[in-house]
Amino acid sequence: MAAKTLTINGRQISAAEGSTILQAALDAGVSLPTLCHLEGVYDVGACRLCLVEVKGASKLVPACTTTISEGMEIQTATERLVKYRRITLELLFAERNHVCSVCVANGHCELQSLAFSQGMDHVRFEYIFPKWDVDNTHSLFGMDHNRCILCTRCVRVCWHIEGAGTRNVAGRGGQSKIITDLNTSWSESESCTSCGKCIQSCPTGALFFKGATVGEMVRDRSKLEFIVNAREKKLWVYQD
Amino acid sequence: MILSELHQIWEKAIQTRKKIVLRCCLAAGCLSSNGKGVFESLQNAVRQSGLEKEVEVRGVGCMRLCCEGPLVSVDQEGVEDCLHVRVAPEDANLIIGFIRSGKPLAKRFDTGIPFFQMQMPVVLSNCGIIDPERIESYIAAEGYYALHEALHEMTPGEVVSMMVRSGLRGRGGAGFSTGLKWDTVAKSPSTIKFVICNADEGDPGAFMDRSVLESDPHRVLEGMSIAAYAVGASQGFIYVRAEYPLAIARLQLAIKQSKQMGLLGSGIFDSQFCFNIEIRIGAGAFVCGEETALMASVEGKRGTPRPRPPFPAESGLWGHPTLINNVETFANVVPICRRGADWFASIGTLKSKGTKVFALAGKIKNTGLIEVPMGMTLRAIVEDMGGGAPNGGRIKAVQTGGPSGGCIPVDHLDTPVDYDSLFQLGSIMGSGGMIVMDEATNMVEIARYFMEFCMDESCGKCIPCRAGTVQMHRLLDRIVRGQATAAHLARLEELCEMVKNTSLCGLGQTAPNPTLSTLRFFRKEYESLLQADPFARNPAGCNIAEHAVS
Repeated sequence: MAAKTLTINGRQISAAEGSTILQAALDAGVSLPTLCHLEGVYDVGACRLCLVEVKGASKLVPACTTTISEGMEIQTATERLVKYRRITLELLFAERNHVCSVCVANGHCELQSLAFSQGMDHVRFEYIFPKWDVDNTHSLFGMDHNRCILCTRCVRVCWHIEGAGTRNVAGRGGQSKIITDLNTSWSESESCTSCGKCIQSCPTGALFFKGATVGEMVRDRSKLEFIVNAREKKLWVYQD
Repeated sequence: MILSELHQIWEKAIQTRKKIVLRCCLAAGCLSSNGKGVFESLQNAVRQSGLEKEVEVRGVGCMRLCCEGPLVSVDQEGVEDCLHVRVAPEDANLIIGFIRSGKPLAKRFDTGIPFFQMQMPVVLSNCGIIDPERIESYIAAEGYYALHEALHEMTPGEVVSMMVRSGLRGRGGAGFSTGLKWDTVAKSPSTIKFVICNADEGDPGAFMDRSVLESDPHRVLEGMSIAAYAVGASQGFIYVRAEYPLAIARLQLAIKQSKQMGLLGSGIFDSQFCFNIEIRIGAGAFVCGEETALMASVEGKRGTPRPRPPFPAESGLWGHPTLINNVETFANVVPICRRGADWFASIGTLKSKGTKVFALAGKIKNTGLIEVPMGMTLRAIVEDMGGGAPNGGRIKAVQTGGPSGGCIPVDHLDTPVDYDSLFQLGSIMGSGGMIVMDEATNMVEIARYFMEFCMDESCGKCIPCRAGTVQMHRLLDRIVRGQATAAHLARLEELCEMVKNTSLCGLGQTAPNPTLSTLRFFRKEYESLLQADPFARNPAGCNIAEHAVS
């Protein structure tokens, strides 16, 4: 495969023809913040965190959807890019209810670590505190819309990896919402295969495995009784 | 259909033309003020007075002066056309009396005013003249001759180069060269290509495309067919919003008539050229006017934009090269074919050729539809044609480009209307909405109104537009309510700049424009609404101040 040479932040690198700016940057050891990008599914260029400056281009370009060309001169961390990224993160934190201290993903959250790495230590915008519901109807998984950042990773994974097409987006603008089938509860979904890929893809705590949240540990005392009955009365009936 | 058949229809229409034609506006504006009732009572009056052989009552499209509707024009051979305004169904007999006696009605309107005299109908040349529901009426106005000419006397390459020479730029707002766009699609080796007409006009106060579709639908179909021939497409789509039921009905009728006559379908005009057009009805999302979102919607997907490149000309509908132009752009194709690229290029300014249709609305005496050559000053449009503010008011600003445009203050009214001059003023040509504001208008409220519009219409895909418009609207609202400090204004400006530079599509990239342009020209209005910051000396920043205020 032909290689292209280009410069990233003044450093000359070479990358395979047809690769994106993001791939080229990561291969060259230049890190770029991303949220909607997920290795293995196609990119949509929606989170605008990986925007970079390309010399000669009139607009900022998303690194995840822009393919490299010979002689491209790319800047990934100019003053205004850093500023824009911080504002983007502030907008996300103000948009829904991201309370890290009570979140299942605390410490394992991409949004949280991006805020750290981008130096976003406070939010200057008004918190909106919207009221979003939680779908806890599925036997294994849950979805808390309060923590959703609408990156649509789960939608893409569901359609293009699992092929189930359970997840979708409904609504417009700030009222957009990830839905199950035609906006049913998760347990009523006819297409969901319960594969759990959406849970694995979620960057925040919006999609989670049940039993992992704070205060969710429930003790099953009947198990003890079952064992005792089985041993002593030879009664092998387990009542859940 | 072959040329001689077309000619027969034309001849028949000319021969059967009646001496007197009562043109009665049946476009959406006049219909809303009972234009249909006027039309029907005129028909009855003509029948009852036995004048059927001499008088034709013709339902036509927009006759421009929407504020004075319903409009009826009496055309008699050898006599100057006489326009009657605010006609009521009861006036039908008076109009018949006028035809008999020659004594004009009190409701006669002086068409010598600049509003009519300064117009230059190119796109609208049939608008208000022909019956949009009869293809014969369009053919009588030499319709479909341009398509025949293109198919039989020109190669596709010649049509494309004609469009390049004409200098026509896209009328949807961005102003990209139409010829170059056609050229890109034409050069693609793909065997499957599409042509799309963007009729998803959504700017508040804009009704140019609706008027064209309601008044002259065949013009758009013919323009699309010529475009399809030039680029090598065989399927076309018209994406029109559901809020335009009359335009949809007339388009459907026009497509049906064209198919019946063999002007759409296979082997058009006895050539190898095949072309079909289907209508796709949008569900009312403003963002679907953005070309990539529009194509997603046509494909049956959620109407959200995607990053460009690839541009639709390279990879559009279902991945095939797609030519996508605005209604008015397609409506310009026929006159360019008939009268030549050089004629078209002689109109307008150096970089903006031809004419532009505007929907003149707001605080102005004459509201309605106008078509003027590019380069005419805003002052000529607003003060001469529009007649200035009503009731002796004073004009404060002119808004162009809708929620993507800006407000041009009265002291910049001598700006010529062309793509580049308007852009330099922080506004855009846009699709042609022009809203006039008078002294009583609060510019911060205007900015808040447009921001609310963008907030509601954001598709929700990219963060800057989805969450940024919400925050900008909150900040503007806070300023309007008098609860903001200088820190809020600074934050608003920072956010405007960020959203403009980082959003995915045109909606987000231009959403801050009304705010930025009012900040540029009317900053004092913003500042007069600000409060002193009670925590100005607090080095901890604005968060505390915010809580204190709220």
